[in-house]
Amino acid sequence: MTFIIDALSWVFLMLGCFLGISGAVGIFQFKEFYSRVHAASVTDTLCVFFIMAGLVLQSGFTLVTVKLVLAVALLWFTSPVASHALIHAAYLTGLKPKLTTTRKEAAKRGQS
Amino acid sequence: MSNINLLIDIVLLTMLVFTTVAIIRLRSLFAIVMLSGVYSLLSANIFVILDAVDVAFTEAAVGAGISTVLMLATIGITGYEQKKRRNHNWIAPLTVVLITGAVLVYGTLDMPAFTNPNDPIHLHVAPRYINDSPTEIGIPNMVTSVLASYRGYDTMGEVIVVFAALIGVLSLLGIREKSSAPLHAEPPARPILQVMAKFMIPYIILFSLYVQFHGDFGPGGGFQAGVIFSVAIILYTLTFSQQDAMALVPPRVLKRFAAIGVLIYGGTGVVSMFKGGNFLDYNVLVDDPLHGQHYGILIIEFGVGLTVACVMMLIFFAFISRGDKNP
Repeated sequence: MTFIIDALSWVFLMLGCFLGISGAVGIFQFKEFYSRVHAASVTDTLCVFFIMAGLVLQSGFTLVTVKLVLAVALLWFTSPVASHALIHAAYLTGLKPKLTTTRKEAAKRGQS
Repeated sequence: MSNINLLIDIVLLTMLVFTTVAIIRLRSLFAIVMLSGVYSLLSANIFVILDAVDVAFTEAAVGAGISTVLMLATIGITGYEQKKRRNHNWIAPLTVVLITGAVLVYGTLDMPAFTNPNDPIHLHVAPRYINDSPTEIGIPNMVTSVLASYRGYDTMGEVIVVFAALIGVLSLLGIREKSSAPLHAEPPARPILQVMAKFMIPYIILFSLYVQFHGDFGPGGGFQAGVIFSVAIILYTLTFSQQDAMALVPPRVLKRFAAIGVLIYGGTGVVSMFKGGNFLDYNVLVDDPLHGQHYGILIIEFGVGLTVACVMMLIFFAFISRGDKNP
């Protein structure tokens, strides 16, 4: 039983670490603001969830578990809204997403 | 185990250094404000590692939270870019910095060696607090007993400094109260943010009250609670509008309450004098000295919380009502 729980928590922790590192790589590698925020928001939500889930499995059924679950709930409520506010503010100030093909080019390609 | 701790220390301190260098080199004030918030959060982490949870709490709430918001409100008035300076003369500033640094280093030569267990501070005051606090004050959180009871004068000075800051800001800037009616835009201007803020604000206020009245037992106290409470109102101001917030907590009332908080603190001292003790001597407040300490700490923490919350909200209002745009 303990082995299964340990293995599960390791899997969760590793997944969380992978998502966190991939988010960090994404922030540096993506060329444009909106895709960077996308990469960061993955770290905000799913990475946090996996790491907390791994820690919950490790801590067992104690008060720490309740606190961790509350922390996950708080982060899931707030960080997507924070990402939304960031992107909304950027869009309102006139930063347009850089698309590789604009609508005109796509329409031309469709015609030709 | 100690290796992991060392690694965490090194990583945190390295990040602190990088943040500092970035703050010095950047020109965008917005990024600098954000980075100083990051700096405060990192130092809060370091305080947690040093087992100074109360200090870490204060640093996270005040340094990373409210001062970032206040600085953002300030650069909303001043502009987002640092001005470029012409005819850059670096000799005079460098001399001043060098002389000041040399004086500071010379001043530290007299201080006892760092982490020496035979320092006066470890022999004289600290053991007395640690040994006598459970019997004299009788509350589990020793930081609160030092802050509110042993060092009650210092804390009163801090509260008065906060109040004086408010007086300074109000006499320099003042709050421009808009006479227009509160805006209730239909449909709401920022639906997602407003729904989320409505959801979060009760929990933030509940948490601030917990921090306020649980400060005797766990980390927390009047300063942190006041800041967290004012953050709830500031969130309301940012997501809804300035007029709505000023209708909810009118600045006129806030000014009175900020003064009342200081009065509660000083009044407790005066009452203890009338009861035959020294100023801020809680032992004489009720018959049992221990209970007197508990009551005294609870009352003065309430005064601190009231003043800090009102002052933070008022300073934020003063800054935000100067900006040309409605936030």
